[in-house]
Amino acid sequence: MSDRVLLDYGSGGKASQRLIREIFLKHLGNPGLNRLDDAALIEDLSGPLAVSTDTFTIFPLFFPGGDIGSLAVHGTVNDVAMLGAQPKYLSCAFLLEEGLDMQDLDRIAASMGRAAADCGVQVITGDTKVVPKGAADKMFINTTGIGMVIADPAPSGSRAEPGDAVLISGTMGDHGLAILTHRQGLKFETDIQSDSQALNSLTTRLIREVGDVHVLRDPTRGGLATTLNEIASQSGCEILLQEDQVPVRREVQGGCSFLGLDPLYLANEGKFICILPEDLASKALEVMRSHPAGRDAALIGYVREGQKGRVVLRTSLGGHRLLDMLEGEQLPRIC
Amino acid sequence: MCLAVPMEVVSIEDNVAHVEVGGVKNQVRLDIVDQMPAVGDFVIVHAGFALRCIDRQEGLETLKLFQDSLGLELVK
Amino acid sequence: MNLSSEFRDPDLCRRVLEQIQHLADSPFRFMEVCGTHTVSIFQSGIKSLLPENISHLSGPGCPVCVTHDLEVNTFLALAKMDLRLATFGDLMRVPGSRGDSLKKVQAEGARVDIVYSAFDALQLAVDNPSENVVFLAVGFETTAPTVAATVKVALKQQVENFFILPMHKLVPPALQALASDPDIRVDGLLLPGHVSTITGIEPFMFLAGDYNLPAVISGFEPLDILQSIQILLRMHKEKTPAVINSYKRAVADQGNPRARKVMQEVFKPVDTAWRGLGDIPGSGLSLRKEYLGFDARRKFEPAPLQPETNTGCKCGQVLKGKILPPQCPLFASVCTPAEPVGPCMVSTEGSCAAFFKYSL
Repeated sequence: MSDRVLLDYGSGGKASQRLIREIFLKHLGNPGLNRLDDAALIEDLSGPLAVSTDTFTIFPLFFPGGDIGSLAVHGTVNDVAMLGAQPKYLSCAFLLEEGLDMQDLDRIAASMGRAAADCGVQVITGDTKVVPKGAADKMFINTTGIGMVIADPAPSGSRAEPGDAVLISGTMGDHGLAILTHRQGLKFETDIQSDSQALNSLTTRLIREVGDVHVLRDPTRGGLATTLNEIASQSGCEILLQEDQVPVRREVQGGCSFLGLDPLYLANEGKFICILPEDLASKALEVMRSHPAGRDAALIGYVREGQKGRVVLRTSLGGHRLLDMLEGEQLPRIC
Repeated sequence: MCLAVPMEVVSIEDNVAHVEVGGVKNQVRLDIVDQMPAVGDFVIVHAGFALRCIDRQEGLETLKLFQDSLGLELVK
Repeated sequence: MNLSSEFRDPDLCRRVLEQIQHLADSPFRFMEVCGTHTVSIFQSGIKSLLPENISHLSGPGCPVCVTHDLEVNTFLALAKMDLRLATFGDLMRVPGSRGDSLKKVQAEGARVDIVYSAFDALQLAVDNPSENVVFLAVGFETTAPTVAATVKVALKQQVENFFILPMHKLVPPALQALASDPDIRVDGLLLPGHVSTITGIEPFMFLAGDYNLPAVISGFEPLDILQSIQILLRMHKEKTPAVINSYKRAVADQGNPRARKVMQEVFKPVDTAWRGLGDIPGSGLSLRKEYLGFDARRKFEPAPLQPETNTGCKCGQVLKGKILPPQCPLFASVCTPAEPVGPCMVSTEGSCAAFFKYSL
């Protein structure tokens, strides 16, 4: 194969076939995918199903703690898991820019293969398109995931109730900060890695061992603050967040301090919010902390009556202020 | 209006100090600092430049003043 | 030990708050000049903990907020030329006359890079010799010396594709304009801690000397701010106005003479217009003759849109402390962070943005 992705590789002819076999089947292959039919046949899913789709456009493609491929697997697996489901199958569509380094594509496909195997899902159907140089930024990946819902009723953003406890599975802002280190114009060094990881085995345990989980959601874009606002709106209640209970690594605190950023608004790719009745909180924390993906789990707040859709932050000083959604992305500042 | 953060000086090379806060490392220029810092000093950093060294003695005295006015003992 | 956490100690803060509650037996109004103080007061929850008798106004301490429409239109005009702009993130969303902003023109294809330091902008020019790089130089006395130092390096290294658009402003002249305004009603001022690191205490002495206004140079941690408010209250009650340095760990009374020297070598004071405050003599900086080769206005002659005169924006009154953000008729209705009319709403430190973002 050529050392760069050429338009031919997306044309459906022999070059496409080579790409599929030598890269995608090599790393992602399984009986379903290997049949290479236009669609995959699924015979072993029944009952309420959860399906989620996401497109990944992250830059840079490779970052500390992951790459666009592992992110694409974890991200969609997690979204399905947040509905109280066990993700089983993924579809995967690649949009490749002409000229993309073939070795990068191979590395990313390998990473996806490992990520999928680690969390027990299979990529059973896929698609590849190649667009002319300049029409895409190296690579975009879309994954769609499907799984059986094992919680009854399924958790949902609209199910938070006054009196519920708000838990978080670990430290905030790691992914957001790790990505920034590689953006042009912001040169600083840190050991912080993206927290990108699959959460489905932990969410499955929570549902099976704790039971009545009202809300599961991963605070990705926009961070914890944004996601809590979404939940408060959907559920029509107010959420009180305790600032000094939110776990933040000191490196994230440090990096945010001189860039003028707030960790509560930075993206996370391996953490989730769990909202459930208060009397189940300590059991849930025990389950989370006993799992590698939940070691730093903490109780960070409560749901209450009050102004619908609002999130209030109780500061370390004991004061209160609004924790609003941002207008757009957070930008570094000197003021 | 001026976000400036204390960072610890880890090493100095010509006109640049390697600094650290919370484990995050950065480099800052020393063109405008009034007294050259030593390794281990804390400098106030704004927009990639060190402004001044933090005067720990003054800081501790200020704390003591606060605490005296509150009738408390020096904390740590 | 960098002494930051000690100045955040919740227990100490609570005790100072008790003292403040005790002292505040009549209405007291202070103005914080520095946008970073505005944000600190809100973010830390201090605002919600101060007794009802104490109100605070936000003055013109946000260099982004006071960047004049014409200056914004100028850099937007530069963005549309065949240039690469380098800017602090703070300017990205500031709206110009037609609702344009750097973010919007970037989406239309303009080359805009966010940098953390003026020096990074110079590095960008050095790394891209075939492109002209213009650095948007905003900020007060804290930032101006960093830009001056960068320009000096550029001259020394003979970098020919690096330019700046000087938009720096000086705080003491603005405070002079405010203090001399007969409509101003404040009982004390919280002075900018990091500007003072450079200027020292002397340029602010006139506040107590000529206008009997108590003023405290304050740090930014909650304990710094609370203690400074307490000192202001005391001076107000005892009618002993003075200018006090309460941020001694960072501010020497004489400031940083070296930084001032670098700044004065490269820049000279000029009269300039502040958004909302009008023309203030000697409050801006422009490049001295030897450094004029770096001036982007001179080199590229951008043709900015003329600012509209009647948008209904009341940022000027907010910046002067005459009204609180919710008293502006546009606040939260027409003027929001999504569609800001004036800079007080767009800047992360603007009073209106702070009110909108943090107020319960």
